Amino acid sequence: MKISDLSLTNLKQRLGTSGIYLHTGPFVTHLQSKIPSILNNFALLYANNTLLDNEEFADFHINLATPRGLRRWYRSQVMFHFDDQVPFKPLPYQQAFPMMEWGLNWCISNHAHQYLILHSAVVEKDGFAAILPAPPGSGKSTLCAGLVNRGWRLLSDELGLISLDQLELVPLARPVNLKNESIEVIKKFAPQAIFSDDFADTNKGTVALMQAPVTSVARSNELVKPACIVIPKYRPNAATHLEHESKGHMFMHVADSAFNYSLLGLTGFETLVKLIDRCDCYTFTYSKLQEAIETFDELATVNNTIC
Amino acid sequence: MRDDCLIVRAFSLPEIVASYTSYDWDVLIRQARRGDVLARLYFVLKQHQLLTKVPEPALNHLMSAWALAQKHERDLRWEVNRIQHALNETEIPIVLLKGAAYLMQNLPAAQGRFYADIDIMVPKESLPVVERALLIHGWMAVKLDVYDQQYYRKWMHEIPPMRHRRRQTVIDVHHRILPETTRAQPDAKKLLDASIPVDGYESVRTLSPVDMVLHSATHLFYEGELDHGLRDLLDLHELFLIFGENENFWNKLGERARKLELTRPLYYALRYTKGFLNTPIPQQSIRQIETEGPNWLFAPLMDALYKRALVPVHPSCDLYMTSLARWLLYIRAHYLRMPMYLLIPHLMRKAFIKEKENS
Repeated sequence: MKISDLSLTNLKQRLGTSGIYLHTGPFVTHLQSKIPSILNNFALLYANNTLLDNEEFADFHINLATPRGLRRWYRSQVMFHFDDQVPFKPLPYQQAFPMMEWGLNWCISNHAHQYLILHSAVVEKDGFAAILPAPPGSGKSTLCAGLVNRGWRLLSDELGLISLDQLELVPLARPVNLKNESIEVIKKFAPQAIFSDDFADTNKGTVALMQAPVTSVARSNELVKPACIVIPKYRPNAATHLEHESKGHMFMHVADSAFNYSLLGLTGFETLVKLIDRCDCYTFTYSKLQEAIETFDELATVNNTIC
Repeated sequence: MRDDCLIVRAFSLPEIVASYTSYDWDVLIRQARRGDVLARLYFVLKQHQLLTKVPEPALNHLMSAWALAQKHERDLRWEVNRIQHALNETEIPIVLLKGAAYLMQNLPAAQGRFYADIDIMVPKESLPVVERALLIHGWMAVKLDVYDQQYYRKWMHEIPPMRHRRRQTVIDVHHRILPETTRAQPDAKKLLDASIPVDGYESVRTLSPVDMVLHSATHLFYEGELDHGLRDLLDLHELFLIFGENENFWNKLGERARKLELTRPLYYALRYTKGFLNTPIPQQSIRQIETEGPNWLFAPLMDALYKRALVPVHPSCDLYMTSLARWLLYIRAHYLRMPMYLLIPHLMRKAFIKEKENS
């Protein structure tokens, strides 16, 4: 059953009591919350995600709730509970939904070391999968949002999961997190895309989340081998430019952007060696989203003709 | 003594996990994570060749925790290396305590264990030299207020913790195993004299097997905050398993406990490892120590308290009056460590400061 199969009243009732068991990629999240902005944004952005049939096992048990005491009324706040514990400081009440998203990212990057986890977007077209590792502010999410609105499959916007044994990319099609100017850029670029509310004054500025494409969510079980790694660099007015990156540099860059590279020790090193070995490596400078997507389409086509 | 806590059942009789449902696994993983024993659980299940009985989603969490434990192990070995390097010139032998000792002696108790601070013991007269050497090599006193500083220096069995400014690791330097104010006064010199070397290191040592067990027991049963109670009980369990293979061990253990005035913690260690984890302890050892337990009035009470407190702090492990039990053990630990005239002002101060921090 999908989230969209539930009426809003029904979803509200379930989120507010025993909670729901939600599939997101390889993980099951048990989510509870009585907060209206969670309900509304969740219903919209996770409409295509499926619910678990048997509510028995969840990877993460999370609950977003208001603190007790005065803070319920005065400058109200929201707290993220992970199995009844509170790993972070509370945020302003208005930021409940982005907090849920960030909290879920935290759950995964701290508890899923069966994967090498890269801080990166991952997209795929016709079997050609590209990893886009980059620090925040590099235009990674914007590019990723652009691509997935033009026929690319979203595997992840934030957490690239790589299986350690098979070296496969594991889909985690969750909403795409956009910041500041990018929100308007993508809304214009893809008027049909579904967006959450705008959340102002977060520590990343204004953020909004975009629904993952319905086909990407539906294909959450299709793993894919990585074919290339592209470091995106958004520069205002820059010409579109794709150039080869040395494998050595790319290794260091990806190691740096991984959440658990050093935690995995030798396994992490060996996995990364294999990953860099099999992938074409590029640096990509862009300012025009349309041209950027054409470049990626070309990469995918060229690659598929060669194979 | 055993109750319905899934994690305790899984450790006392690992085969039982074959009958666990998906829902049981959900609860088990949460209990294990809260008790900091998720990677230990992986190790025990692997040892008993039970990993094939674990459903995949649960196995992922166990493997993930195991990967993290491997990282802890690498980091701790490096930390021991750095401490040895820092103290090399002082020529003072360092005795590793607890987790670091289990690891450096390659004991099963170190398998799948997570480490927070590293604990070492040195002779009291060497403290100034050790502290200075650590300071020179990048460890700095963790910020404490004047009261806490003085409290450590005057009454405690260790100096204030020091943190390395680059690695952020914390070292606790002990000169005895219980505070100066405790009624029991195990002689630190006896412990240091009996210490044994660590292979491959010239001046790194650990306590002898019997002393290691007694220290582990003392640490656990004088402790007031038992968030890691189950983990510490599992350490004792593993130590009994490995050292107990040597028949002499059990005789020496009782004797040594009497010499060091540590028969009461040993009584609890034997009673609760057996009670919770089914540890194979010779009947004779149990009989010999029985007289060292609390009197007929207190013995059932202590059982009731520890039954509640030696399990992970997770709602699914709570019994009737669990929080009261935890609170009473907290008070007891302070009472054991300090005479009343020190204890009451200290607890009042702690309560007051806590209030201030919370408001």
